[in-house]
Amino acid sequence: MVPLNYYLILSAIVFAIGVVGVLIRRNLIVVLMSIELMLNAVNLTFIAFARHLGSMAGQVAVFFVMAVAAAEAVIGLAIIISVFRQSRTLDPQNMQLLKW
Amino acid sequence: MVAPEFSTIASDLLRWIPLIPLCATVLNLFWGRAWGNRTAGAVACAAVGASFAIALYLFWQLPANGVLRDPVYTWIESGLFKVNVAFQVDALTEVMLLFVTGVGFLIHIYSLGYMAHDEGFARFFVYFNLFIFFMLLLVMADNLVLLFVGWEGVGLCSYLLIGFWYRDIGNTIAGNKAFIVNRIGDFGFILGIFLLVTGLARQGIWTVDFLELQKHIQLLSPAMIGAITLLLFIGATGKSAQIPLFVWLPDAMAGPTPVSALIHAATMVTAGVYMTARLHFLFVLAPATLSLIAWIAAATAFFAATIALTQNDIKKVLAYSTISQLGYMFLAVGVAAFSAAIFHVFTHAFFKACLFLGSGSVIHALDGEQDMRKMGGLKNRMPTTYWTYLIATLAIAGAPFTAGFFSKDLILWEAFSRGAMILWGIGLITAGLTAFYMFRQLFMVFHGESRGDDHAKADLHEAPAVMTFPLVILAIGSIFAGWIGAPEYLWGSRWEHWLQPMFGAVAAQESSVATEIFITVLTLVVVAVGIYWAFAKYGRAAAMGAPSAAEQGFFYRLSLNKYYIDEIYDYLFVRPFTACSRFFAEFLDPRVIDGAVNGAAAVARGLSWVWCGLQTGNVQHYAAGLLVGTLALLAYFLGQ
Repeated sequence: MVPLNYYLILSAIVFAIGVVGVLIRRNLIVVLMSIELMLNAVNLTFIAFARHLGSMAGQVAVFFVMAVAAAEAVIGLAIIISVFRQSRTLDPQNMQLLKW
Repeated sequence: MVAPEFSTIASDLLRWIPLIPLCATVLNLFWGRAWGNRTAGAVACAAVGASFAIALYLFWQLPANGVLRDPVYTWIESGLFKVNVAFQVDALTEVMLLFVTGVGFLIHIYSLGYMAHDEGFARFFVYFNLFIFFMLLLVMADNLVLLFVGWEGVGLCSYLLIGFWYRDIGNTIAGNKAFIVNRIGDFGFILGIFLLVTGLARQGIWTVDFLELQKHIQLLSPAMIGAITLLLFIGATGKSAQIPLFVWLPDAMAGPTPVSALIHAATMVTAGVYMTARLHFLFVLAPATLSLIAWIAAATAFFAATIALTQNDIKKVLAYSTISQLGYMFLAVGVAAFSAAIFHVFTHAFFKACLFLGSGSVIHALDGEQDMRKMGGLKNRMPTTYWTYLIATLAIAGAPFTAGFFSKDLILWEAFSRGAMILWGIGLITAGLTAFYMFRQLFMVFHGESRGDDHAKADLHEAPAVMTFPLVILAIGSIFAGWIGAPEYLWGSRWEHWLQPMFGAVAAQESSVATEIFITVLTLVVVAVGIYWAFAKYGRAAAMGAPSAAEQGFFYRLSLNKYYIDEIYDYLFVRPFTACSRFFAEFLDPRVIDGAVNGAAAVARGLSWVWCGLQTGNVQHYAAGLLVGTLALLAYFLGQ
């Protein structure tokens, strides 16, 4: 049996990769994927704690997160497509229309 | 002084007198151009005619010592202070009503002919009817505030009609001058109203109603009444063109001639006299103000008459003559002879309207020529205009048994019999001057050889019947309007009797009838000298166009240039004011005011520069901000 800490460390590493991806990548699709990565890192902690504590509540939360992540991906991709149609670019640094 | 008791009778008819011209204004405003000149003119004339008919009907309805009242609605109500839109007709108002609507009706008919070829025909009658509405509001108001509304309204219409031919910038400037000079007077007027209301309010009486004011006037201190009457008189000097605010009236001649006849001769300019007569109960309690009024009035009458002696513009002569005659009216006010003042207002409306319309007829025939040096010899070409003009000239000069004879004589007699000898003397000399300049005008315009160019001579024609008809009626009025106010030694005055309930019984005169007749004869001699002098100088002279030796004289040039009053005012008031305005506009506003505002903005922008660097517009920077914040919170809570 793998100890809980291993899961938590793995989850923290994946989460950190996601954060860095959101902050530095120049492609919106990769940014979106990084967000998914962060969500899944959180899912991993939920599962690990559920297993460790023998409780079903963590697994239920994971289903919610997955449902939300699916919806978020749909909306995010739709926005990305319409942005691309407008500006022919996916670089978030070029999207500054609402700046003063 | 005990306020006279009036029997008050309610009558719904009153509101229709001002309302009908207002309706015509609205109709012509929206449909006048679509209807065309015939219908628009007919609507406008019919409206004033209807008001005249109602006024005539009320004349028979009005009981002696009675007041007709028509409270329409409450306009302003604030605590104890209340202003009604309410009309009242007493003997004084009835007189004003009859000649405002009557003379107004005739001038409307005349305008049908005079304005026939003008593209602004419908607009002209919109303004004209609006003027009649405001004038009726002014004379029928039962309180000071509503009177002030009418007062301002006629000023507005005056402005609109002076600048009626707005494509000529000079006309617009003249309109502005009239409006601005009147604002100065109105400032005094409105301060007078405030002082009157607050003065009474301090005694616990909140009212602007004339009858109520008259009842409670004793509560005010004499000093207070002096200040109030002085301020009100400043308003009257503006509207009725007295020294020092008379300068707008000669310039107001820029408007169409029927406007000069209706507004700047017969009705509006007499509003100041009406106002003082309406508030006579106030003025009689302020002897200092009254004597000031008398002196200013006598000075105005004389001063304007001397300017009129040398003017060459046919309408300018009449304008200065109007100022001079208004001086006579205020002279009567100044010696507390209010019914004589209103009598002169009444007769003056006839002969001055007739003179203006006659001059309009001449100008019309000569295609807009107003210079009398280019006229002459019109007597045979325009017989109706000539004869009516002659009658009106006789009337204003004060020839025996014309309207002006009775009214001017009454004023001079009142001044004499109340001991104001110097004022009477000035009035007497002015009567001679009046006779001179009016007959000078008559000779220059109608007698001698024609001095116009050949083109003008060929076109010369008598005015159409629609214009000569009002002339004839007004000429008849110029003779007979005075007969109702004849002195006691002739057939007695119905006028005094009619207005007696208004102004109270006149104190029995000490002087004998012989003195009165002597004064009258003296006036007539002075008038005859004036006429003869005019005849000697202008009646036979063939070449009136060329300057004579006298025209090189100092006094001649002084009079011709109106004593340089406009130039003096220009240097004293207009230039300092424009310099002051320029200082504000070119230095204070752009540098100081704008500088402060822009400076505040610049400071805010400079400070915000630090923070607006944070708003990069880059989503990832914001996300990094979120992360930093979250980590900081986390570190804080974990550290505890």
